[in-house]
Amino acid sequence: MNDSALEIAADVRAGRRSARDVLEEHLAQIAAREADVHAFNLATADDARKRAEEIDAAVARGDDPGPLAGVPVALKDNLCTRGIPTTCSSRILEGWRPPYDATVVQRVRAAGAITVGKTNLDEFAMGSSTENSAFGPTRNPRDLSRVPGGSSGGSAAAVAAGFASIALGSDTGGSVRQPASLCGVVGVKPTYGAVSRYGLIAFASSLDQVGPFAGSVADAALLLEVIGGHDPCDSTSIAEPAPPLLADLERGVDGLRIGIVEELTDTEGIQPDVKAAVEAAASALADAGAKTERVSVASTMYGLSAYYLIAPAEASSNLARYDGVRYGLRVDGADVAEMNARTRDAGFGREVKRRIMLGTYALSAGYYDAYYGQAQRVRTLIIRDFERAYEQFDVLLSPTSPTVAFELGAKTADPLTMYLNDICTIPSNLAGHAAMSVPFGEALPAGAPSGTPALPIGVQVLAPARGEQVMFRVARAIEMASPGGSRT
Amino acid sequence: MTATTARAWETVIGLEVHCELATSSKLFCGCANQFGDEPNTHVCPVCLGLPGSLPVLNERAVEYALRVAEALHLRVPERSIFSRKNYFYPDMPKDYQTSQYDEPITIDGWLDIDGVRVGITRAHLEEDTGKSLHVGGGGRIHDADHSLVDYNRAGVPLLEIVSEPDIRSAEQAKRYVEELRATLLAVGVSDVKMEEGSLRIDANVSVRPAGTTEFGTRAEIKNLNSLRSLLRAVDYETARQSALIEAGERVVQETRHWDEDGGRTISGRSKEEAHDYRYFPEPDLVPVAPTDEMRARVRSTMPELPAARRARLIESWGIKDEDARVLVDVPGLADYAERAVAALKTGTARDVANWVRQDVLAYLNDRGLTAAVLAPEMLAELVALVTDGTISRGQAKDVLAESMAEEKWPRDIVGERGLAQVSDAGELGAVVDAVLDANAAAVGEYRTAEDDKARQKKRGFLMGQVMRELKGKGNAQVVNELLDARLS
Repeated sequence: MNDSALEIAADVRAGRRSARDVLEEHLAQIAAREADVHAFNLATADDARKRAEEIDAAVARGDDPGPLAGVPVALKDNLCTRGIPTTCSSRILEGWRPPYDATVVQRVRAAGAITVGKTNLDEFAMGSSTENSAFGPTRNPRDLSRVPGGSSGGSAAAVAAGFASIALGSDTGGSVRQPASLCGVVGVKPTYGAVSRYGLIAFASSLDQVGPFAGSVADAALLLEVIGGHDPCDSTSIAEPAPPLLADLERGVDGLRIGIVEELTDTEGIQPDVKAAVEAAASALADAGAKTERVSVASTMYGLSAYYLIAPAEASSNLARYDGVRYGLRVDGADVAEMNARTRDAGFGREVKRRIMLGTYALSAGYYDAYYGQAQRVRTLIIRDFERAYEQFDVLLSPTSPTVAFELGAKTADPLTMYLNDICTIPSNLAGHAAMSVPFGEALPAGAPSGTPALPIGVQVLAPARGEQVMFRVARAIEMASPGGSRT
Repeated sequence: MTATTARAWETVIGLEVHCELATSSKLFCGCANQFGDEPNTHVCPVCLGLPGSLPVLNERAVEYALRVAEALHLRVPERSIFSRKNYFYPDMPKDYQTSQYDEPITIDGWLDIDGVRVGITRAHLEEDTGKSLHVGGGGRIHDADHSLVDYNRAGVPLLEIVSEPDIRSAEQAKRYVEELRATLLAVGVSDVKMEEGSLRIDANVSVRPAGTTEFGTRAEIKNLNSLRSLLRAVDYETARQSALIEAGERVVQETRHWDEDGGRTISGRSKEEAHDYRYFPEPDLVPVAPTDEMRARVRSTMPELPAARRARLIESWGIKDEDARVLVDVPGLADYAERAVAALKTGTARDVANWVRQDVLAYLNDRGLTAAVLAPEMLAELVALVTDGTISRGQAKDVLAESMAEEKWPRDIVGERGLAQVSDAGELGAVVDAVLDANAAAVGEYRTAEDDKARQKKRGFLMGQVMRELKGKGNAQVVNELLDARLS
């Protein structure tokens, strides 16, 4: 599919194409490949057709449906949609239909987008491969034997497979950027507070952020402009309107100072082709007038350890409410405590249970300071280190994921290996900063059998809080220099 | 227990008072803060803790906390934070309570009661839970057939006011609560109705040998729903703990429940209550930092506090301490009395206070009303009618009762009933003379009576004749004086 959201919206608004036609093209893709890919927990074709007709009727009346007019969008299934099942890919939310829409869902709808379905994820967004779903894994559209990354693997795959033009995911430790990287699409983790979390089912509240998937940097900018900006329903939302991103997108990188983060690029476990891609992207930026240099941000090495205390700690509290009392699954017991325990035992998968236990332990009396407290101090250290780096640099570069997409089942036996997937993405979540992944070239997986297709590599652009404008300009320059050719 | 015990042991008490703030909406959402409606009618995704919902702090609750801080001499740190108190309970929608822990909104204050200064450790904001109704079995969660939960109360703002262990007797504890209640009422933050649960008390009670300074092991007594329960529970605990120690046993630090019917405290230890609350900072809310403007606004709207008001009324009205306490402690009573005094044409403030303290209060208590329903100008008129002798005190009681019940002016009632007394000496003198003339025999017998008793009998007869002639409206005092003058 080569349809950008910008083009679709422009055509639909101008009456050159009908939203219904655009939708049918995407539904045809879904019909052709969804059985293999399994990007969706629920496809909402009927609702989508109705909505497309409304958009077309609006255009016919002379109304403007908005900047996403007729653009098919996929929503990660941890975003609340009124009256439409929202599962977090967990048995525990079985049967639950939210009575309200998430703020981001309201905003994309109000902008004229058409929801085509709710996408698969690692249960409660805990994972890096979308294999931890109660409803089965999603496969990478580029190679069905491989994972799409996670936790927003369904959204990444939906865009990569042309099931939707754009998609929304959530990024707690890399859950948008890493699957974007593995599926060869653009994925953004906005500054903490730039996008409302109201209606995003919480995993780790101080780290979660809703972010866009798109086929191009410009489409990602368009979608972020639509969903960003203050929301009075989210106390942690930045009290300012969303900054314009598209206007400056083509301004280039001349004079910008760009640092390559040593600790995230040179470490063990980074696939050499991936490292080479980051260096190639950097030299392309230098060619475009940027000043590039290597920089050490030492404390990022401790990001993973801090993250695996803070995120589970918050999760252990956020997921307490799934107790069988009010909604979702209930497994009866002799008394309320037994009902709680049985419900949670039956409703949560292994990874969720592992993290709840980890987090409960990290917060418990006598251990709080050594674990949660210490992790928060590391977090402060990372923020300070980044601040120092951003005194010298406008943005930073690193790989998004240490490797290209891996095979299904390759890392499920060893949680720690799986966790290492997010080593490059986690620091931005801990710091509350912006970061995004842009496709840049391809590589064969290490030790791949013959006949394996080359798989996409993602380069990560990291920016300070509220640094989205410059970050997008750099991402656009990388996109234009990409060996695979640029989308204009 | 025995009198010896009471003398040998000193009780040490610290109180935790939970006060429901009378804001119009809940602490973290826009739902009405209303008592006693149909269950689950004031609920929304936020106060039901639905997945994806987020809290937004009600600024009015912060302002109310600041009002209490002014009244209780509490310090307001530049910033405070909310924390999550994690434990499972069906009436708590999120299975954690959003409360304040190590950085509360106010700290270090005091309240004087009868010349004793009780330190106040802190007063912090937190959300209330829902209300469980356990059906069948013993009516407790452990043995009920099933339980129902009303979440109307979930999320109602509470201010928990924690005293230092400065209280030394049950009576003093009661006085502390009375004074606190009057203060909270005066500053307008709560309706402080213990019977409706808008003021709830937990008491930390320990005993120690009189004259020692070290604290004993305390028990925390919960479920004290009235001042009477507080008095009884503290006395019971004092006796229980001192008896334990005298028997060579140890007091266990634990939570105990007051059993009103049994007149005893019961150990609340059970598996469910062996809590590790795993407090950690609430990531969904930002720190509370009251602005100077807000603090100034609070200061400029502080009313006179109960202690100052009592002192002023005692001084300027010449009333007793006890009367001043009743006027100030009963909601609305002092306001009513002061407005009546302001409207008073003839008579003293003390007369007004006496009527309010007795007849008015009795009337209100009988009907469960507050003084707000009464017109103070009517009382002022009544006092004037008594003072100028138009009606007697005895008549005034009836007139006041009718005035309050029918909302009628006392002068109109006097007119309708034809009650006005005749006090004019000239008019009364003529009647007295006529009666003495008509009863010359009796006058003679009076003058020649052998003893005082016989004389008084004749005088009473003559008095009766005069009053009969006046149809009971003669001012008895004036008639007596006239009669004495004529008969002497």
